[in-house]
Amino acid sequence: MVSFVDRRLNPKNKSLGNRRRFLGKVRAHVKRAVDEAVRKRSIADVNDSGAVTVPADSILEPHFQHAAEGGRRERVLPGNRDYQAGDRIRKPRTGGAGSGNRGAPGGEGEDSFAFVLSRDEFLDIFFENLELPDLVKRTLSDQSTARPHRAGISVTGSPGNLNVERTMRNALGRHIALGRPSDKRIGELRARLFELEAVHQPTEEQHEEMHALRLELEALRRRQKRVPYLDPLDVRYSYFEPRPEPNAKAVMFCLMDVSASMGEREKDLAKRFFVLLHLFLERCYERVDLVFIRHTHQASEVDEDTFFHSRETGGTVVSSALDEMARIISERYSPAEWNIYAAQASDGDNYAGDSDTCADILDDTLMRRLQYFAYVEILQEQERSFVTSDGSGTELWRAYLTVAEDWPNFAMKRVAHPSEIYPVFRELFERAESHG
Amino acid sequence: MAEGRKSRSLLFEGAEWTFDDLSRVHDAIEKVARKDLALDLYPNQIEIISSEQMLDAYSSIGMPLMYRHWSFGKHFIQHERAYRRGARGLAYEIVINSNPCISYCLEENTMALQALVIAHAGFGHNHFFKNNELFRQWTDPDGILDYLEYARDFMQRCEERHGRIEVERLLDSAHALMPSSVFRSRRPPPPTPRQAEARQQARRNEAERSAHYLWDRLPASQPASDADQIRQRKRAMHLPEENLLYFIERYSPILQPWQREALAIVRTIGQYFYPQKQTQIMNEGCACFVHYHVMHALHAKGRIDDGAMLEILHNHTEVVRQPDFDDPHFGGLNPYTLGFTMMQDIRRICEAPTEEDRQWFPDFAGSGDWHGVLKDAWANYRDESFILQFLSPEVMRRLRLFALTDDTNAPFYTVSAIHNERGYRQVREALARSRDISLLEPNIQIVDVDLQGDRVLHLCHLQQDGVPLDKRSETMTLEHMRRLWGYPVEMTRS
Repeated sequence: MVSFVDRRLNPKNKSLGNRRRFLGKVRAHVKRAVDEAVRKRSIADVNDSGAVTVPADSILEPHFQHAAEGGRRERVLPGNRDYQAGDRIRKPRTGGAGSGNRGAPGGEGEDSFAFVLSRDEFLDIFFENLELPDLVKRTLSDQSTARPHRAGISVTGSPGNLNVERTMRNALGRHIALGRPSDKRIGELRARLFELEAVHQPTEEQHEEMHALRLELEALRRRQKRVPYLDPLDVRYSYFEPRPEPNAKAVMFCLMDVSASMGEREKDLAKRFFVLLHLFLERCYERVDLVFIRHTHQASEVDEDTFFHSRETGGTVVSSALDEMARIISERYSPAEWNIYAAQASDGDNYAGDSDTCADILDDTLMRRLQYFAYVEILQEQERSFVTSDGSGTELWRAYLTVAEDWPNFAMKRVAHPSEIYPVFRELFERAESHG
Repeated sequence: MAEGRKSRSLLFEGAEWTFDDLSRVHDAIEKVARKDLALDLYPNQIEIISSEQMLDAYSSIGMPLMYRHWSFGKHFIQHERAYRRGARGLAYEIVINSNPCISYCLEENTMALQALVIAHAGFGHNHFFKNNELFRQWTDPDGILDYLEYARDFMQRCEERHGRIEVERLLDSAHALMPSSVFRSRRPPPPTPRQAEARQQARRNEAERSAHYLWDRLPASQPASDADQIRQRKRAMHLPEENLLYFIERYSPILQPWQREALAIVRTIGQYFYPQKQTQIMNEGCACFVHYHVMHALHAKGRIDDGAMLEILHNHTEVVRQPDFDDPHFGGLNPYTLGFTMMQDIRRICEAPTEEDRQWFPDFAGSGDWHGVLKDAWANYRDESFILQFLSPEVMRRLRLFALTDDTNAPFYTVSAIHNERGYRQVREALARSRDISLLEPNIQIVDVDLQGDRVLHLCHLQQDGVPLDKRSETMTLEHMRRLWGYPVEMTRS
């Protein structure tokens, strides 16, 4: 007696629950690795999967076992060539030739345990720091922006996709080719028959006609049955093919104050802010360009590495960055062709009197061309406690407040902790949702 | 009619397989196995799985269903890493001691390999599981799947009720003690799911009742003498006790009823694998012997073509390869080799004994009844006793076995015996000892605890030949034990 079971189609990832528990167990290490990755990688690569190494100590599964050394043991080995009983073999200097500690789970002897996080797992942990609402997380990590597109006709498909026009066209052709009697013709004959049957006393001629009519009707009906109205051969379905959305292009400007007042912590926060905006944009647009503009008292376009890692000295003139951005937009990114987003991070310092210039530049030229401008002011932890009112603040903050009043696509926020970054995007995200 | 025609035709051709092929091959193998070898079998259930599912099965200690725990996730990652790197191939099959006997076969196997695997697992292991005394005595193949399902659901309910972290910590500690938690000499009561439920209910009731424990704690009337008291309480708790989890489950002062039940589940599963640890050589030897015999029989009848047979033999020799001790691939004695060689040798001794064999095995040398001898061996022995009884000088010479003594005080190893007239018995005894599970695993027992007093749990490690415990893992395991016990745990040596 035997039974065969084909399990290959059973759901895979049966051990996913175990994997989750494992990741939970080494959460602290994984988190550190993710933070590291956010710091090291470039903005556009952040959300790739990544290798994580965990110290083996944290996941040991100990049990009582014999030590590798000590005591008296006897082993039996195969393949003796020329040993005789009583022979002595000098032990190697450094032990280790003793009986191996077999059965030690967890790969004892290795100091660390490496594995690869999937993209979803990586993002999960990245988002955790940012405290994103679940729905947002899901839509952000969802890569499929593909939509079904018409791609011709097929002979198979689901009833919902039945292409009535094509099906009927085929049916009609078949009716004509095989000579299917039309309902109209049968209706005519039947009407004539009724007419004759209604005659009280039919003549001989009428009798014959009735007989002929009956025969003909019978024949036509039989033929109609043999050539059906709709044959499976006729049926056609519209065929849909998933195709990526023909998304427009977007460019994202990252503006940052790199004067000495911006330390490692501030830059790290700023980077998270930029990464998050990039993730949003990546989801909405097929192609996202990144432009990095750093500024002190003068602004310049740089590559990402320089942007985050090199230090400049000098004063702080924010308007110089805005000017530079306006210049680059007019040179390379026509608003007709590109969706333009800007993200600015700063600690709020600005050269006296320059803040009004900034507001003017935004009001007059930039905001009209931008989809969105997000500004975060990065606070010290201790500043958080006494900066409470949105109305007061640095000169730059106050100037930007006036801009925010006039332009709904201008968002600003004070941030002292990664979890405060997300609200900056809430509005933007909601808009993107309602559009899409 | 079709039978008659087919018995002279090939069972399959080429490497591709279909389910029709598989069932035809299974039936042909079954005929040989039942007629020629007179095997006694559970019904077979053969499941085809993908490599990923094979990794899944690996990581949950080869069981088809298992409760969830991070360590299984860790093992999955390890296996997967080794597999992807190409460092390790996957097993062609996994077989489960259950009724019906479930074997998992990898979908990538060629048809010839599937035939080999079915003969090996579905008939060799199957017969061994059903007939070996250890398995008959200690495992419940009828109930194991139900029990595992119950265990999984129970753990899940615990996670819902008490939180994942809580359950995880408990299982961590329980797993640490799992290898030291088997009854080695007495049979644990067979727990069916229903009984387990009932026991749990009883525990809950007991817990409620004992809420009035204050009444029981009034001073006893007459304190007996100290020595007397100790003897009495030891007897009451059946001390010394070798099954650590069992003792903790019964007597731990701090555990909740559900925690006790979880410990019972862990040790029951541990106990289930205990016979397998003791019969590795015999189990694999039996399976190899059966597949070797069956495949040759089918080939002789012309039902397997030469190409497939060559592939089968190639795989067979891979499996029973024994690298020499100084070979870089050496990883200990290969249980497949030893088991298979010994069983083939038993057949030789029965059919064509030498003078030496007659001396060594007077009761069956030349008897011709190798079926009977082998079936008796499969049914009534474990690795250690099988070697002691059946390892012949011929096999020792062929494998060129020698015994090596390693005394930690001496600066050299000593060759204590080799495969010659003077050494045969000593080599054989040394080999048998090295397969004796009671010497392989540390012998740790609970010797005393004063539940009314300081509640310190006293353990004792009975050293064999002065082999100590690994210090680091000992400390960590004791910490786990302390967590379960709730009070200090002390280890002494003797």
